[in-house]
Amino acid sequence: MPKITLNLISGRTIQQGVAIEAGKEKPSYREACGIIEIDPVDFKQLGAWRNTNVRVTSAYGHVIVKAVEATQGPHPGIAFIPMGPWANQVVNPRTYSTGMPTFKGTPIEVEPAPSEEVLDGIRVVQEAVRGAKV
Amino acid sequence: MTKTITDVICPFCGTLCDDIEVTVSDDGKKILEVFNACAIGNEKFHHAMAKDRPVRPRMQQADGTYKEVSYDEAVEYTAQMLANAKKPLMYGWSSTNCEAQSIGHEIAEAVGAVVDNTAAVCHGTTLIAVQDVGIPSCTLGEIKNRADRILFWGCNPAHAHPRHMSRYSIFPRGFFTGKGSQSRKLIVVDPRHSDTSKLADVYYQVEQGRDYELLQAFRTALKGEWLPDVVAGIPKERIYEGAELMKSGRFGIIFFGMGVTQTLGKNHNIDAAISLTKDLNEYTKFSIMPMRGHYNVTGSGEVLAWQFGFPYSVDLSRGYARYNPGDTSSIDLLIRGEVDSVFTIASDPGAHFPISAVKRIASLPSVAVDPHITPTTEVSKLHVPVAFVGIEVGGNAYRMDNVPIDTRKVVDPPEGVLTDEQFLERVLIRVKELKGVKA
Repeated sequence: MPKITLNLISGRTIQQGVAIEAGKEKPSYREACGIIEIDPVDFKQLGAWRNTNVRVTSAYGHVIVKAVEATQGPHPGIAFIPMGPWANQVVNPRTYSTGMPTFKGTPIEVEPAPSEEVLDGIRVVQEAVRGAKV
Repeated sequence: MTKTITDVICPFCGTLCDDIEVTVSDDGKKILEVFNACAIGNEKFHHAMAKDRPVRPRMQQADGTYKEVSYDEAVEYTAQMLANAKKPLMYGWSSTNCEAQSIGHEIAEAVGAVVDNTAAVCHGTTLIAVQDVGIPSCTLGEIKNRADRILFWGCNPAHAHPRHMSRYSIFPRGFFTGKGSQSRKLIVVDPRHSDTSKLADVYYQVEQGRDYELLQAFRTALKGEWLPDVVAGIPKERIYEGAELMKSGRFGIIFFGMGVTQTLGKNHNIDAAISLTKDLNEYTKFSIMPMRGHYNVTGSGEVLAWQFGFPYSVDLSRGYARYNPGDTSSIDLLIRGEVDSVFTIASDPGAHFPISAVKRIASLPSVAVDPHITPTTEVSKLHVPVAFVGIEVGGNAYRMDNVPIDTRKVVDPPEGVLTDEQFLERVLIRVKELKGVKA
């Protein structure tokens, strides 16, 4: 399967805002934020259909999300995951002494993972923290 | 007969819309309809009515499931956790009222906690820049009535502050802006062709992470000095044109968001944006304003600043207030493992902190105070549901332009559910007993 390299940014969308107020345990949260927006040019390189699940990997972690076509594009080379627990599995947590993690501008690799499942908002966090020790 | 309550304040984003109308049932217990709010605000009012909403505190069991406990037990657990910790973190505060924040700070002082608000993942770097170079700002009312040059830099109000453009920045007809959007020129800078940028007169698709360069290029262009052919992906001719467009206005405003605060460069990006504003004042009137996210994150900064002198990341563990982002900020403290219990209120670090910081929260004694079920409540040891501020209890909140607005209560909370203030007051009394502090 082809693997492509992109620059990840995260941020708010109105669907994300509505979903967090409707309840983060609901499927609508996963539909709104468990996605990655990719430019059509990059989709071609990825060699996957729209709405395929993909594995996103960075130096800081990995997550399964659904790949969709960019809604606010074109932005070739840039991928967008709405702010939330899915994006936060892979963002750069370094603050460089400012207190602020680097939520925008994390190098990532994206590869198709059609047989993997996108977890819901609660489980994606619970699974990731399982077994964490003091 | 239903009853309509007017001039309700929307408790979602920093725009703090004050024209919401809510229709409630005759007994004043149910919200039936919400008028004027955006999609997000509307959802928030309706979610308060959700049948599956938790109404009693829930304690995590050994197998990871949750069991209901009483508020008395929740107060005791919270007070014991805070009083016994060497350095607890008390994070959040941005979706509650200033009154609750003030009580929380009293607890923090008694137990020697670190108090931090959601500016940590939002406009914290803006606050650092403001301390470095100051900020020439104004109110949203002035923008509505006067501003004819609007810049949105690294922010997307069409999604994040849905009524900002219609109430203040682009469409309203003000005293000196009688033709509404026709009186204004809109400039948008964003690496994505966002829905806000689609409304723009001039759009700059800046290379991601090159905001600092482009801001400094505008400063250079204002003075008519030399520029390289392309800066941050933008040809120099367009930068000179943009600089002229800003200069030619009577009153301009730069709104900026996470695109500059969270991108590498961080506070230095904001330094450059504020310096650009300062330079523009050589030619015309210009202001700058951060697009604050939570409806009362500004208030949390205000209350912290007037009580301890600093707007976020305040460390009280030595008995006096210290402030040093990078050292006393939540994410760094969590990742370095320097706190030994976590109290979160009115925010959701479980969803919005990098996962390495969330792992630490899950591994420590932890309490989450929030009306919703969130990733934070589902990894914390105790979840305390409370009433929604701005819907089920009033209280003061600060709009993004630092204007304080009293929110209004429209319905009663579910029976027996405490407000943030009531819960914190009870914790404070118990903490004082445990610490031997005089009441």
